[in-house]
Amino acid sequence: MNSDVQRFLDRLTERSAQRDASQGPEPTWIAARRQAGAARFEALGFPNRRVEAWKYTDVRAIASGDFQLATDAEFSPATTATLTLPVEAHRLTFVDGVFSASLSQLDDLPQGVQLLPLSQALEDNHEAVGGPLGRLTGVEFSSFSALNTAFMEEGAVLRLAPGSVVDKPIILQFLSRANDAPVMSHPRILVEAGSRSEATLIEHHIGEDTAANFTNLVEEIILDRGAILTHYKLQEAPLADLHVASIHVEQGRDSRFTSFNLNLGGGLVRNDLVTELNGQGAEATFNGLFYGQGRQHVDNHTLANHNAPRTFSNENYKGILDDRAHGVFNGKVVVKRDSQQIEGFQSNANLLLSDRAHIDAKPELEIYADDVKCSHGTTTGQLDEEAVFALRTRGIDEQTARGLLTLAFAGEVLEQVTLDVISERVELAVAGKLPERFNLAGLVETAVALGEE
Amino acid sequence: MLEVKDLHVTVEGSEILKGLSLTIKAGEVHALMGPNGAGKSTLSAVIAGKDGYEVTQGSITFEGQDVLEMEIEERAQAGLLLGFQYPVEIPGVKNIYLLKAALNAQRAARGEAEIAAPEFLKLIKDQLAFMKMDGSFLQRAVNQGFSGGEKKRNEILQMLVLQPKLAMLDEIDSGLDIDAMRVVAEGINSLRAADRGILLVTHYQRLLDFVVPDKVHVLVDGRIVKSGDAQLAHELEARGYEWVLEESAA
Repeated sequence: MNSDVQRFLDRLTERSAQRDASQGPEPTWIAARRQAGAARFEALGFPNRRVEAWKYTDVRAIASGDFQLATDAEFSPATTATLTLPVEAHRLTFVDGVFSASLSQLDDLPQGVQLLPLSQALEDNHEAVGGPLGRLTGVEFSSFSALNTAFMEEGAVLRLAPGSVVDKPIILQFLSRANDAPVMSHPRILVEAGSRSEATLIEHHIGEDTAANFTNLVEEIILDRGAILTHYKLQEAPLADLHVASIHVEQGRDSRFTSFNLNLGGGLVRNDLVTELNGQGAEATFNGLFYGQGRQHVDNHTLANHNAPRTFSNENYKGILDDRAHGVFNGKVVVKRDSQQIEGFQSNANLLLSDRAHIDAKPELEIYADDVKCSHGTTTGQLDEEAVFALRTRGIDEQTARGLLTLAFAGEVLEQVTLDVISERVELAVAGKLPERFNLAGLVETAVALGEE
Repeated sequence: MLEVKDLHVTVEGSEILKGLSLTIKAGEVHALMGPNGAGKSTLSAVIAGKDGYEVTQGSITFEGQDVLEMEIEERAQAGLLLGFQYPVEIPGVKNIYLLKAALNAQRAARGEAEIAAPEFLKLIKDQLAFMKMDGSFLQRAVNQGFSGGEKKRNEILQMLVLQPKLAMLDEIDSGLDIDAMRVVAEGINSLRAADRGILLVTHYQRLLDFVVPDKVHVLVDGRIVKSGDAQLAHELEARGYEWVLEESAA
């Protein structure tokens, strides 16, 4: 076994010993899964580039890292205030994976809604967690899901009773600290949305600028008949953070899942987003935007499994890459045999702002039924020089012209965002990533003012 | 105001302008006419700073400044504005963004503060109304999905908002029906001012019925071969360009 894998396993052994000493033995199902996770991780090792799904993403920065596990959730409330999304919300906050009660907001949850840290959910009723947890994302999914299962301790559980509607967004906020030694966390999120329930869930990753931690998240979302969930992933992690996440969704009849996967931060980022469209009338929409600069590496893998007839998926991902950033987009639509009357659309467009930026884009369709409407396409290009010229002839300097056009490119995804707090933040973040002397803030405000008249 | 002297311009190795000279003073409206391929659009493209045009000889000065030494945006900030024959579609960039960014760039170049939002909105709304354009234009992406007439109106709208010192309009009349022509012409006429020059580049005399020029120049084979007043345009309309060619050859 290689020493990288051993180092992670050693840390796991230490951690288990500590936990057993302080909390006594865990329920047997947890211990068993942990063991299965560790065994699977040991067998697989970290993925190398000969593994097709990891062909374009080199995880050596993770494998070679020596990560501790955080033991407290101390974080300056003042700093938190500058990082937190300014919106009224139900909120769970985690600092390097450790739950912070003081930075969370769990008052006035509506009737029928349970939102609690995983540790609390396990303490309350571990069997109720043990049933669904791991059903969608098992240890087989990837080395990282196995590693997560081996280490999982904290995270979030959201349960929506049938028919319950949550008006305010629910935010899971993950803060990354600038530690002396880097830490890792393995958050585990479980969402069970009862029939015809409705909610907006925001997963927000952010932290101190100089943080350099590793997050390995697994999220499982189960949507019962007619449930509607809008899921935002706003990834603004510090630029030296390493981030691997998988989101697995199971959709019952007539359920609707809308994802906004917005990636601005992180040094090395890999997202897997998978939905199982299991009930007729189920509909999934995947919106994505990634912006890489410097030497950022952003990899998005999505998969829509049309397992039942009359299911729908629609995907639109846009990537903007500057400097030496590297992007990966792999979108796959699979239509199972006898899944008739399917609609699956997929589109990916990438904008390269520098000669050294790079994208590997691969759309895939696998269709085993005949009555389907599917399409896919990917394009990659530079800014339209004619448009740059046209803007400059109006007195707009070249950098601003390029900025306006870049923002315009992102606009198509951002226009779909219904939460202003997110669209404006991302719009400003994209504008802010553009070269100096670029002030779109005023423009955005004017446009908003006009819209409000 | 604008002084073009003995301008020679080459595009992809072939000479298009062959010693063009033209002087436009403040308060004047000039029309540059000529047959296809004479180099009409080349002149405005060179003044605006488009890539691919090589000036091999001659000079262009605007208010004493060497235009050819200025960046594209500096030319516009100095008050030299080109209205395109084929306005470029800019997906995703709202008209309102373009107008405000352009106006503020101009103000910044003059050392003025950014325009206040209420003042800007009022200015825009007045000019929109004048151009008979709906408010929704502002929220639409620049020229995207616009009809030919809408695109041209949009060019004039930009002129009205930016108030250039010299407005160059390249075939602004092409592709316009008579109603759109009137609106565009009214826009141009409202730009006429004692401190502003206007250069209309056009193939046909039609626009000049609505916007009567002070001077008309005939461009043939890269050179201005004849200049006159508005009457010359009518003569060209009636007799075509052949006679000018013959006259200049003689």
